[in-house]
Amino acid sequence: MDSSQVKFTFPHRDLLGIEGLSVSDITGLLDLSDAYVAHNRQRDKKMSTLRGRTQINLFFESSTRTQSSFELAGKRLGADVMNMSVAASAVNKGETLLDTAVTLNAMNPDLLVVRHADSGAVALLAQKVSCAVLNAGDGAHEHPTQALLDALTIRRRLGHLEGLRVAICGDIAHSRVARSNLLLLNRMGAHVHLIGPQTLLPSGAEQLGASVFTSMREGLEGCDIVMMLRVQNERMSGALIPSVREYYHLYGLNREKLSYAKPGALVMHPGPMNRGVEIDSAIADDTDISLIRDQVEMGVAVRMAVLEALAANLISESEVKDD
Amino acid sequence: MTDAPFYAFVNARLIDPVQDRDEIGGLLIQGDRIVDSGPDIIIPSEAETLDCTGLTLLPGLVDMQVFTGEPGEEHRETLATVSRAAAAGGVTNLAMMPNTSPVIDDAALVDYILRRARATSIVRIHPMAAITKNCDGTHMSEFGLLQEAGAVAFTDGDKAVMNALTMRRALSYAANFDALIMQHAMDADLQSAGVMHEGELATRLGLAGIPVAAETAIIDRDLRLVELTGARYHIAQISAADSVATIRAAKARGLNVSCSVSATHLMLNENDVESYRTFAKLNPPLRSEGDRLALVDGIADGTIDVVVSGHNPQDAEAKRQTFAQSAYGTVGVETLLAGLLTLHHTDGIELKSLLATVTSRPAELLGLEAGSLEAGNKADFALVDLDAPWIVDADNLRSKSKNAAIDGRKLQGVVEACYVSGTRVFDLGGQK
Repeated sequence: MDSSQVKFTFPHRDLLGIEGLSVSDITGLLDLSDAYVAHNRQRDKKMSTLRGRTQINLFFESSTRTQSSFELAGKRLGADVMNMSVAASAVNKGETLLDTAVTLNAMNPDLLVVRHADSGAVALLAQKVSCAVLNAGDGAHEHPTQALLDALTIRRRLGHLEGLRVAICGDIAHSRVARSNLLLLNRMGAHVHLIGPQTLLPSGAEQLGASVFTSMREGLEGCDIVMMLRVQNERMSGALIPSVREYYHLYGLNREKLSYAKPGALVMHPGPMNRGVEIDSAIADDTDISLIRDQVEMGVAVRMAVLEALAANLISESEVKDD
Repeated sequence: MTDAPFYAFVNARLIDPVQDRDEIGGLLIQGDRIVDSGPDIIIPSEAETLDCTGLTLLPGLVDMQVFTGEPGEEHRETLATVSRAAAAGGVTNLAMMPNTSPVIDDAALVDYILRRARATSIVRIHPMAAITKNCDGTHMSEFGLLQEAGAVAFTDGDKAVMNALTMRRALSYAANFDALIMQHAMDADLQSAGVMHEGELATRLGLAGIPVAAETAIIDRDLRLVELTGARYHIAQISAADSVATIRAAKARGLNVSCSVSATHLMLNENDVESYRTFAKLNPPLRSEGDRLALVDGIADGTIDVVVSGHNPQDAEAKRQTFAQSAYGTVGVETLLAGLLTLHHTDGIELKSLLATVTSRPAELLGLEAGSLEAGNKADFALVDLDAPWIVDADNLRSKSKNAAIDGRKLQGVVEACYVSGTRVFDLGGQK
């Protein structure tokens, strides 16, 4: 299927989160992404969909994977892509944020991809600029393209999302990936299990529509997908978890723990992985059960789809103005 | 003063909690004093008479918790600007938070504030002083000297005294002077990086939560220390249902404890933080609707003694930040009365006892000669149209800063005029 054959209009100016997206928004983006997966496997990957468009990747928090994925996605679509990394250590992050927004807006970008360490920062910035804004991760709030790429990965392997049981394990409290995935999977009719030690579970998680477990054995039961989250090192020195070895003992995914899940259950990780902490190398590298490499490939396709969908709205706006 | 002219305000609805009065009557003043008030005052023939038909005459409000930017942060608020906002809200006496720059922890600074207020403020400003020097939480300040200089209470501002031993000693020492110790009940360790009420909404927004236990842990600890020391203890701005229950039980045990709540916490709940609205970022945080209702109950049954504005002006830059980075606080001194009246208009709380929370009760706790219309008192009062509706427009507020959490809210109750020591310091008609 060619991407031009997917007829889909995305009814939002920005992509700030999964919250607010309908089933048809999500399905539309996934269908479009599917087409880009095929396209990206061709020898000639360059397109002209976004020719003449300027995409700025504005990262207030360092990221290699997400930033390069967005960069590649924009370039394959033919956009002019500029990367801007703003030191997160600036004394007054908020001031830098709005000042930067005003400065960038004056350069007339069409698409602004933003990552920031504070929840709500991308939405705040979106109010101040006139281009389409894409949330590449804001604090512990949302990371919508990660959830979309995870959903695409699952859908391509299992054919559907509805009715699946998906376990998300690890540092749920501090994870924007967990929130976006929970919202998306719930919306698409899957059932989410959140698993982690009490110190890494957010309060009120049950009210968000998930089943919450503190034991891997109970939590993984019946799960089709096991999504592991990265645990930051600074949280494992006695602050929230006593030690790495205790965490690995209780929550690190190895073959024994994976056996609690449904037979044939698949394993995912948003990366970067702490091998031997939250996931065993033997599992991460076993392509029969690990979808981790697929996730990276799907990431580029999903980001191309989102960029195209948002840019399409920009085109129609300018056409209206020209009339 | 005997030559000073008489003024008689007649045909008003007089409400005075101290005299247990809510009836049509008049107020006679001469110079800066109240000569008489009641349904049948005798008006001297030479008195100038003002007809107040349709208006309610209240004692001037006493706002027990106001932050002014002066000294140190005059771009946020000065004594002059806060006093104009106060007068427009019917507030004639306000207790000023000591966590300014420099911190009010020295008798000379108390004296400076009082002089500065006399020179620039149109309402009476009463400085509070820090419990610990520079609010460092460790070294007790000179309660005796500060009190003699005019400090009306002691508080470390928006910081709790975290060290239990320091708190015990402060309460013990304060008891010598019958000084009021006012605690901001927020355990800094439990709060940690928290910026809003802990719960489902915080989780959804990806914001770090502040558990109710951060408040109750401090209250529980302090009540033990109050039992030990017999000091006068006041908890500033409680926010949670559990706190109301704890204080209710403590009062039933006969402990010398009082508490306040902010008018904003009586009107809003955590949902006002939705979409990262930094104007609703308060400390203590806005909590659940259940908590808000418990606070209203606490007012109704007298568990909560005082309603304050918690006035905390912040300049636009301090609020135009991400939620985590933005400053805490809302302005409120100008809307204190109208906000409080919400409890009368929508929750049906009896007016006289409701008004005691902003007049006689805070005056009593702070030891002020204020908050009553009794003969002999200073002529501090407000004329109010209790039912007049209006919509809060932050840009039109008189405070130098415009960070009003209740911006856009519909309120009832308009201050028509405000008098301090018999002098009209605000006149809505004259403003038009």
